[in-house]
Amino acid sequence: MNTPAAALILIIALAAGQQARAQQLPGNKETVEIGLSTDTIAITSGFRGTDLTVFGALDNADPLIQRQGRYDIVVVLEGPERDFVVRRKDRFFGIWVNAESVSFQHIPASYSLASTRNLQDIATPKIFGQLSLGVNNIFYEPIPDGFGSSESLKEFTKELPRLKLKQRLYNQRPGDVQFLSSTLFRATLSLPANVPVGKHIARAYLFRNGEFLRESSTSLNIVKAGLEFRIYRAANQYSLLYGLFAVFLAVVTGWMGRLVFRKD
Amino acid sequence: MGLGFALGIYLPIAEISVNVFVLFFMGAAVGFLSGMFGVGGGFLITPLLIFYNIPPAVAVATGANQVIASSFSGALTHFKRGTLDVKLGSLLVVGGIAGAGVGIYVFVLLRELGQLDLIVSLLYVVFLSTVGGLMLYESLQAMRRTRAGQLSNLKKPGQHNWVHRLPFKMRFRASKIYVSIIPVLVLGGAIGFLSSIMGVGGGFIMVPAMIYLLKVPTNVVIGTSLYQIVFVTAFTTVMQATTNQSVDIVLAMLLMTGGVIGAQYGARIGQKLRGEQLRALLAMLVLAVGLRLAIELFVTPDDVYSISIALATRAVQ
Repeated sequence: MNTPAAALILIIALAAGQQARAQQLPGNKETVEIGLSTDTIAITSGFRGTDLTVFGALDNADPLIQRQGRYDIVVVLEGPERDFVVRRKDRFFGIWVNAESVSFQHIPASYSLASTRNLQDIATPKIFGQLSLGVNNIFYEPIPDGFGSSESLKEFTKELPRLKLKQRLYNQRPGDVQFLSSTLFRATLSLPANVPVGKHIARAYLFRNGEFLRESSTSLNIVKAGLEFRIYRAANQYSLLYGLFAVFLAVVTGWMGRLVFRKD
Repeated sequence: MGLGFALGIYLPIAEISVNVFVLFFMGAAVGFLSGMFGVGGGFLITPLLIFYNIPPAVAVATGANQVIASSFSGALTHFKRGTLDVKLGSLLVVGGIAGAGVGIYVFVLLRELGQLDLIVSLLYVVFLSTVGGLMLYESLQAMRRTRAGQLSNLKKPGQHNWVHRLPFKMRFRASKIYVSIIPVLVLGGAIGFLSSIMGVGGGFIMVPAMIYLLKVPTNVVIGTSLYQIVFVTAFTTVMQATTNQSVDIVLAMLLMTGGVIGAQYGARIGQKLRGEQLRALLAMLVLAVGLRLAIELFVTPDDVYSISIALATRAVQ
């Protein structure tokens, strides 16, 4: 149950690792790689969120374009996909009641983005749209229920990322990808205190002159560690025993209290 | 091991970091009151946890778990003193377990519909204000009678209400009553239902209902009510753990430890106070919590939109 380090440093895999996947486009020789020194991060009981530093390398870069600062990199850490429901409260007889709702499927539970500059300065919205890159460009897929109008669908689709940003589960940090040398860069991502456990995917996107070149990705497992993880797992896997144990603990606590204070 | 570690703890089921001392003192304060009034304290713990940003589903389930501890030590004390009617209590348990079973089913349904929080609040407002209002009225009347030199006696001999005309009568020696088992089972069932949906023991309803409806003498009421609460909340805890996985042991332990200590001091103060005064105080407390929750329902929320994981999985809050 030690406090987590202020930053979890994940180190370069300069050689193309097994997890790293680079898409080759003909005519462009630049490659981007990111690597993680570990494939698992364990969250302990003191976890209140942290910065995750990812190092990466840009190889075969054109020195001229490099000097002009026209290479851009966007690094994203995407949490496991879940289904979510967004609800809106309306007033009924003065009381606020959850009324309309829209469910969405395959939504990343968390989404941390770091980029060399503001996204609108890197490429056109159309390109980001095609890549589904950025909080406002993720495809929020509604689960059709046959009720909601297209207008309310639009409304709830807009609210989903806003709520996620408010919970800090989604965050974007322009300027937090920095070149350390002509080839080496560092991205600083936010892992919020409530980061979901499960398989996260880290992706690096390389842009040149506003044009998307290629992408590489690697995965990261976030797990709960220590006693609280065991408690969580017990509650889910052995729920009957867990419940009985909870009752047992309560009875013992009550009984102990009596023993300790019995003098009067 | 900085100060941050000493104060903060991560709750594995509620999935948030909380301050250890806030929860400990919350438990102690509620324990003090529950010791004083002989109630489980769940009706205070659950709203307080919700005010402290614990997801309502976890607050309700853990509230029920926490109630076991304080009720168990209380029930034990009353058992030793002989102020516990085991026969009556056991019959209430039978009804209670049936009611709790139905309650858990409704709980899951409401959670899927996204209406759990609202229904929990509404139930609290309705029950707390009704019971609190009735108790306050009655105890003020009793105080007035005492001041006028009359003997305040809740068990008026020869005065029977409609409850005593029901069939299937049974004699309860410890309580010195002869009453139909129908209202006993129904009362137990209703309390069990509320226990599972509201995360309460139900003492705040059970105690007045036993006094006014079943005419059980005041001295046996609290012990018998605690006896029923121990079993029904234990059942509720196990049911919540298996169907919703929403019982947080770490949270419960913090509350229980504080609660058990607080209850001991509360009980000592309680013995020094008169019955009517005690009831008037409890009534005011019940009304205050109800009012606080009622206001919450009408106040415009900061954000009318909310997001949670779909279906009966854990709320993201």
